[in-house]
Amino acid sequence: MSSKLALSDDILMKIEKPARYIGNEVNAVVKDKTKVEVRFAMCFPDVYEIGMSHLGIQILYGMLNDMEDVWCERVYSPWLDLDAIMREEKIPLFALESQDPVKDFDFLGITIQYEMCYTNILQVLDLAQIPLLASERGEDCPIVIGGGPCTYNPEPIADFFDLFYIGEGETQYRNLITLYEECRAAKVGREEFLRRAAKIPGMYVPRFYEVTYREDGTIAAFTPTEEGIPATVLKEIEMDMTNTYYPTKPVVPYIKVTQDRVVLEIQRGCIRGCRFCQAGQLYRPVRERDVEKLKQYAIEMLKHTGQEEISLSSLSSSDYSKLPELIDFLIEECNKKHINISLPSLRIDAFSLDVMSKVQDVKKSSLTFAPEAGSQRLRNVINKGLTEEVILHGSALAFEGGWTRVKLYFMLGLPTETEEDIRGIAELSNKIAATFFEVVPKEKRTNGKVQIVTSTSFFVPKPFTPFQWAAQCTREEFLDKAYQTKKAITGQLNQKSIKYNWHEADASVLEGVLARGDRRLSEVLLKVYKKGCFYEAWSEYFHNDIWMETIEECGLSVDFYSHRQRDLDEIFPWDFIDCGVTKEFLKREWLKAQKEQISENCKLKCQGCGANRFGGGICFEKK
Amino acid sequence: MKLRVKFRKYGPIRFIGHLDVMRFFQKAIRRAQIDIAYSGGFSPHQIMSFAAPLGVGLESNGEYMDIEVNSIRSCEDVKNRLNGASVPGIEVTSVKILPQKAGNAMASVAAASYTVRFREGRGPVCRISEALPVFLAKEQILITKETKKGSREVDLKPGIYELTWQDNAFFMLVDASSSGNIKPSQIIEALLSDNGEALQENALLITREDTFTDIGTEGCRKLVPLDDIGMDDTAKI
Repeated sequence: MSSKLALSDDILMKIEKPARYIGNEVNAVVKDKTKVEVRFAMCFPDVYEIGMSHLGIQILYGMLNDMEDVWCERVYSPWLDLDAIMREEKIPLFALESQDPVKDFDFLGITIQYEMCYTNILQVLDLAQIPLLASERGEDCPIVIGGGPCTYNPEPIADFFDLFYIGEGETQYRNLITLYEECRAAKVGREEFLRRAAKIPGMYVPRFYEVTYREDGTIAAFTPTEEGIPATVLKEIEMDMTNTYYPTKPVVPYIKVTQDRVVLEIQRGCIRGCRFCQAGQLYRPVRERDVEKLKQYAIEMLKHTGQEEISLSSLSSSDYSKLPELIDFLIEECNKKHINISLPSLRIDAFSLDVMSKVQDVKKSSLTFAPEAGSQRLRNVINKGLTEEVILHGSALAFEGGWTRVKLYFMLGLPTETEEDIRGIAELSNKIAATFFEVVPKEKRTNGKVQIVTSTSFFVPKPFTPFQWAAQCTREEFLDKAYQTKKAITGQLNQKSIKYNWHEADASVLEGVLARGDRRLSEVLLKVYKKGCFYEAWSEYFHNDIWMETIEECGLSVDFYSHRQRDLDEIFPWDFIDCGVTKEFLKREWLKAQKEQISENCKLKCQGCGANRFGGGICFEKK
Repeated sequence: MKLRVKFRKYGPIRFIGHLDVMRFFQKAIRRAQIDIAYSGGFSPHQIMSFAAPLGVGLESNGEYMDIEVNSIRSCEDVKNRLNGASVPGIEVTSVKILPQKAGNAMASVAAASYTVRFREGRGPVCRISEALPVFLAKEQILITKETKKGSREVDLKPGIYELTWQDNAFFMLVDASSSGNIKPSQIIEALLSDNGEALQENALLITREDTFTDIGTEGCRKLVPLDDIGMDDTAKI
């Protein structure tokens, strides 16, 4: 154990939850720093409880620490109370395990999971006393690497990173670190290391690319500035899910974190192809993990952590081919050890209801449906293959089984949406409530009545989706749609059984700007941060007015990034990245959406998205 | 079978709060594969009870928890398994079997002993060796206690069973029962205030040395460490 702490007792006694900053958790890896070659700080730029809940970091942390020459440690955003003290007392940001300053590390890896954390990246760099701009970093600064879903459009944050690792982390870290060790031994310098790194598959080094713009603000060209730097970067992907690394000794936090359980990733990717969903495109093709391996991981993880809950993770668990076998195994194992099973992202049908009734208290739990759109027409547009019939049938089964609470998730502002589609949200909610009164006779209504919670979020178009060309609604349009939804729900017969929630509109618009933004937004981010904004994924710390004012100051406009429908032949800031799915396929899907035509899922019929080039997964399984 | 587990808490782990220490042990017990008993119902939980909560920042050589187990190999085995599943900073020092009718850890707590030092540069100006006898000779030691409903006067005197100053450290044995719990800082604060001084912020380094129960009969106090109630398993298993 390191009994050394970076923070004094005085500070630790003054701040909220000091346990966020002291490390020493069960399964935290401590190495002798004199016996490793490379020090790697892995950061999730949000508070400890959020960052510790992320599976991706657990995978990379374990995998890097399995390398004898590397010591990987964790870093999270200090909460606001400690942030103020660290600035005041000029305490450099430190890694949890060694409590050593991050600025002395070889690498600082930052996982970027949502756009609204961009200002927290700057907070982390700033507290670490690393220059915010990559161009201002000297030889003694860590190499700052970005990874995660947001790096599929890294341009708005390009100025702050030395390197982006595009795609899945399992494949190239060994090569990257070996190259670093060689470059250090040969004393070639930072710039030359980055130049060589840019030639490793999946690596994007922004400083070796140049962007020119047309008069209308769109991109004219995006080109490498040097010979030998690749013009496109193909995402990295792990095709051998059976033999790849899996973290069976995840770190066990002392304090309660958001995902306070062990997580079993059963597959990567999704066969469904919903047209708004970025993850559904980025992680193609679907690759399942071997069920026998999963059983073994589950047992080992529970043994090594002592956690009392295990959760399955995937974009659509019901599509995992060995799900019944895996669940039967888990139920048997977990029942005897008093361990809870959590099964998110299950489609509601007879099988899942049976399973759920075995693993949870029916009276206390609720069912979740995500129809996403209120009418069949709009569900066809977004290619969400969930029909009203399926939802009502599933609800009826569930009500018969004793459930009385239903959660419904919809999006407002989807392309082609009409007032009728919005009314459909209210009508569907009402029909579900009516189903309850139909199938459950009065004397059996133990909880009295049914509770429907209908939530809407605002649609944000994302890169590498068929809707990347779509215009996003304005704040006013969004709020009007939420008002229409509310009014329509109030007009329903069973309105007393329906509760309606909607999200903030401002943050959704800004998320849209950042998601499809270009390099010019780096300046906005820098200015917004310098005006004191961070932790903006937390609605109480989100300052929309400062963003709007700064975007204008920089001569940019929200209209340009968010509310404009893009031309089919426009060059996007992220076009130089190849995520496996072709732009042609996305274009086809965008046109089919406008014609309200659906596309079958990968299991039923190949749509020729391009992901079969990786030579495995669902693309090569028998249909 | 009920076990009483005594443990130390020290180093960086002193910043882990009481509820998180409970959560730590729930997981450690599973890692150690102790055959602990679970409550009934839809969400069964481990049957365990902790003695006196320890404030964040304090170290301790005498923390206790009781756990209900279905079976054990030996007390020594439970101790070794728990330590094998623990972290540096939480160390189990004894495991004993409780008699059937022993009260649970929390209800049994009557007193606690502490060693208290001043942090470097945060001690008082007055000489404690001179101030302490005067302080202890007082008939009442009144302090104002802030509660949710306002403030009220409390007399610390009856709850101070021992208070000495030696080698720049206080040793104190004080009431730790739920009705009359005294915090070490309350005593030092009162002592300093009698001498016209205030306790500086975060001035004290406090170690709980042990936690006691009262086995005396009516009116006659007899304090023994909580694990004196338990037995070794040598005779039993």
